[in-house]
Amino acid sequence: MKFAIVVFPGSNCDHDAYHAAKHVLGADAEFVWHKETDLKGADVVILPGGFSYGDYLRTGAIARFSPVMVPLLAFAKTGGPVLGICNGFQVLLEVGLLPGGMLRNRSVKFQCEHVYVRVEALDTPFTCVAASGQVLRMPIAHGEGNYFAPPDVIETLEANRQVVFRYCDARGAVVDAANPNGSTSSIAGLCNEQRNVVALMPHPERACELAVGSVDGLVVFESTVAALTGDGMLRTG
Amino acid sequence: MPVIDSKTLEHHGLSREEYEKILEILGREPSLTELGIFSVMWSEHCSYKSSRIHLRTLPTTGACVVQGPGENAGAVDVGDGLVAVFKIESHNHPSFIEPYQGAATGVGGIIRDIFTMGARPIALLNSLRFGPLDDARTRGILEGVIAGIGGYGNSIGIPTIGGEIAFEDSYAANPLVNVFCLGIAKAGTLVMGQASGEGNPVYYVGAKTGRDGIHGATMASAEFDEQSSEKRPAVQVGDPFMEKLLLEACLELMQTDALVGIQDMGAAGLTCSTSEMGARGGTGIDIDVSRIPQRESGMTPYEIMLSESQERMLMVVRHGREVEVERIFKKWDLHAVSIGKVTMDGQLRVREGDAVVAEIPNGKLADEAPLYDRPIETPAYLERLCSLELNALPPLPTTESALRTLLGSVTVSSKRWVYRQYDHMVRTNTVLPAGMGAGVVRLKGTNRALAMSVDGNGRHCYLDPHLGAMLAVAEAARNVACSGALPIAATNCLNFGNPERPEIMWQFTRAVEGIGEACLALELPITGGNVSFYNETDGQAIYPTPVMGVVGVIEDATRVLGRTFPAGESAILLLGSGRGVLGGSEYLKTVCGQVAGSLADLSLESERALQRLLVELAAAGLIQSAHDCSDGGLAVALAECCFDTGSMGAELMMPDGGGEGRADAIDASILFGEAPSRVLVSVTDSDFGVVRARAEAAGVPIAAQGRSGGDRIRISIAGRLLLDMSVVDAEVAWRQGLERFFADRAA
Repeated sequence: MKFAIVVFPGSNCDHDAYHAAKHVLGADAEFVWHKETDLKGADVVILPGGFSYGDYLRTGAIARFSPVMVPLLAFAKTGGPVLGICNGFQVLLEVGLLPGGMLRNRSVKFQCEHVYVRVEALDTPFTCVAASGQVLRMPIAHGEGNYFAPPDVIETLEANRQVVFRYCDARGAVVDAANPNGSTSSIAGLCNEQRNVVALMPHPERACELAVGSVDGLVVFESTVAALTGDGMLRTG
Repeated sequence: MPVIDSKTLEHHGLSREEYEKILEILGREPSLTELGIFSVMWSEHCSYKSSRIHLRTLPTTGACVVQGPGENAGAVDVGDGLVAVFKIESHNHPSFIEPYQGAATGVGGIIRDIFTMGARPIALLNSLRFGPLDDARTRGILEGVIAGIGGYGNSIGIPTIGGEIAFEDSYAANPLVNVFCLGIAKAGTLVMGQASGEGNPVYYVGAKTGRDGIHGATMASAEFDEQSSEKRPAVQVGDPFMEKLLLEACLELMQTDALVGIQDMGAAGLTCSTSEMGARGGTGIDIDVSRIPQRESGMTPYEIMLSESQERMLMVVRHGREVEVERIFKKWDLHAVSIGKVTMDGQLRVREGDAVVAEIPNGKLADEAPLYDRPIETPAYLERLCSLELNALPPLPTTESALRTLLGSVTVSSKRWVYRQYDHMVRTNTVLPAGMGAGVVRLKGTNRALAMSVDGNGRHCYLDPHLGAMLAVAEAARNVACSGALPIAATNCLNFGNPERPEIMWQFTRAVEGIGEACLALELPITGGNVSFYNETDGQAIYPTPVMGVVGVIEDATRVLGRTFPAGESAILLLGSGRGVLGGSEYLKTVCGQVAGSLADLSLESERALQRLLVELAAAGLIQSAHDCSDGGLAVALAECCFDTGSMGAELMMPDGGGEGRADAIDASILFGEAPSRVLVSVTDSDFGVVRARAEAAGVPIAAQGRSGGDRIRISIAGRLLLDMSVVDAEVAWRQGLERFFADRAA
């Protein structure tokens, strides 16, 4: 199986995602330049963190117009697994694969720190080997990660169990004090209705080795391998 | 021909003597454009005219040195076929005028210096100084500077992994923003900033040239006064996305052999990059300013040559490889433009179309600026401040109250509020979490890690610039050694007042001598750096503030040590000797409101032995943590080892008391006095004997022993308890010390 990591000119976590997939996980991985028009036969696509095109206008706003979006949308539409991390999440919102938008953090500051998230849904290709309610410790690093959507959209997301990760404390309790950026309903990650497109603000690729402080993010990558190689049939419910 | 009168010269910051020298070089009166070119190249900022003769005394060679001073950055061999390229630079003046952009462009500038050498930047550090935070304006400056540093580094994707911040009245109108960057390159692949090869094309790439930053270098070479806010147009605006494109494109180009030389356009922009590249290569450069991409219309050659617009690079490429070069930049949506060619006549020739508007020998501009051996004079304040009569101190608070005050002081307190705004983890190499000690990044593909620290203490240097500067070298190296790394090289950023004042020049020369002595003894060649003079406002200078950046190598990245005691009980040793002194200490300033006294002496031999021992113990896995005693002395250091451990306490016992004078002052100097060469380490019980024997063999005394555990911080001497405080209380004070000033905005 092969990971494709999309590289926008301002991506800066592209090498981190590549390192996690290729060197930590031992999977095949390849960069896909934003001007390319095919995904090089990848089985899973990662939109990495960074500042896609500088993001001076609105995070991810210009990335939606890049040539690579054409094959990406087709890939997602046919059920291909897509993971958006941080800026990748922002891009997926702008391109319309996920609902809602990002506001500035309620601290009005960029925040880089470890946070806890609880896995809320196991039936996605990026959480299928996690334990129900598993608490993961992963870093965030963003200025605009305050997820917002109107009440009716939130209601639909909850009804469809599209919330995949929620900010929580170390014991898994979803409380406001553990919400680092003010996200509505403590939402840290979402999936689309078909459940193949998943995005989150925390950085699982930065939490794959003890040397850098946490291995909790590995479960995201391991789930992908399990989902795609078949021995991890997607569990529903 | 314009008439160059004294007003024009003053506007350009040139003296009459300097002007005479220009006339002599040219053999004629310069055009205004030429005068502008001379003025920026001969500014203090670019020419180092007041400092150069002193800087020549610094040690710059060593077995590991691959590139010493004179290029865009220094480089050292770090093993496994890799070199580390690093430098520190100041952006003080712009950061006062416009904090966000001033600090942001400081980060952008130092990053360019590193990738220009062919190295991929992998870590940033910074050293900052501000006035007291009860002033709303200072809070605004600090918020702007932190946001600017973060805004640039976070976007471009280079982690800011450490640094230091201190607060003193003297920085209120002259904050200091010093930024350090380190990059990694394969040995033998460094690229130099020189122009060679007759007929080779000269390329311009990056952002368009605008009118921003004209005379920035001149601004940084003068004092501030009440009209300083009018200098805002001399501050540039940063574009980290453009710099990211340049970084990637330049590194890609450097994989080919199409590039001859490259330099960024920093201070003095196009003028500095053309003349320095020509001077290094012993060549001439012929450019046409009408080919320079311009952001606004009607720019004159004068403005184009002096603009300090950011994110621009000058390159010399091999003739015949133009298409290849242009293709790489096009991939990154950058437009590389040929603006001229290399000649063999040594002249910087600037044309506007067919008309020559400036013609000056490169070597005269870059290397033959006037050099000054400025007069020096011992400042009058020293005699008054040096004597400190402990018996005359006001009644001292209880030790617990004093510790709480110190931990809650802005200089000592936790800097989490700051480093949380910096992406310190991107690139997944950051081995030691921010706030745990030196910055440490692993080198993927090897077992190695690099540690780096920036340190300086203006108050110490104010009282004794020679010893204070030596202490800064020792502390930066000690912090690196505490992480387990062998310190191998240094860079310095020398922040001082107006060098035309003899007492400032005295501070400067004494500090440079101190740095030289300490670096020689600790075997730390200085591979580059920066001098920032004129940090004065209305005649008030900053404390003399040399900031040292030291880099070290850890051969086994799994042996990196941090500040905190490990979980569970362990033995504690205070390695080193000597009681701290209150002279110049954080205690004396924060608790007693005084800046006075003599600093504790430094034995470079003992310091070296201690650092070597730490590296040896860490490499053998014999110690679990290491933390140096710095601001606030032993008690603060012990408390800091307990923080971030889940509030585990520690107890330390010292064998003997003694000393004459007031009992409370003696107790205060034991607990809070400052002295170099002291490090707290934790050791497992089973390794305790081995560590003691190794310390003895290395000639490093053990000044105290103790254990971690419990929930209180205790220090006793000869059985008498001097300090007994709850860790939780202490940690609350430490966490809130800085954050409380920004509480309304905290999440």
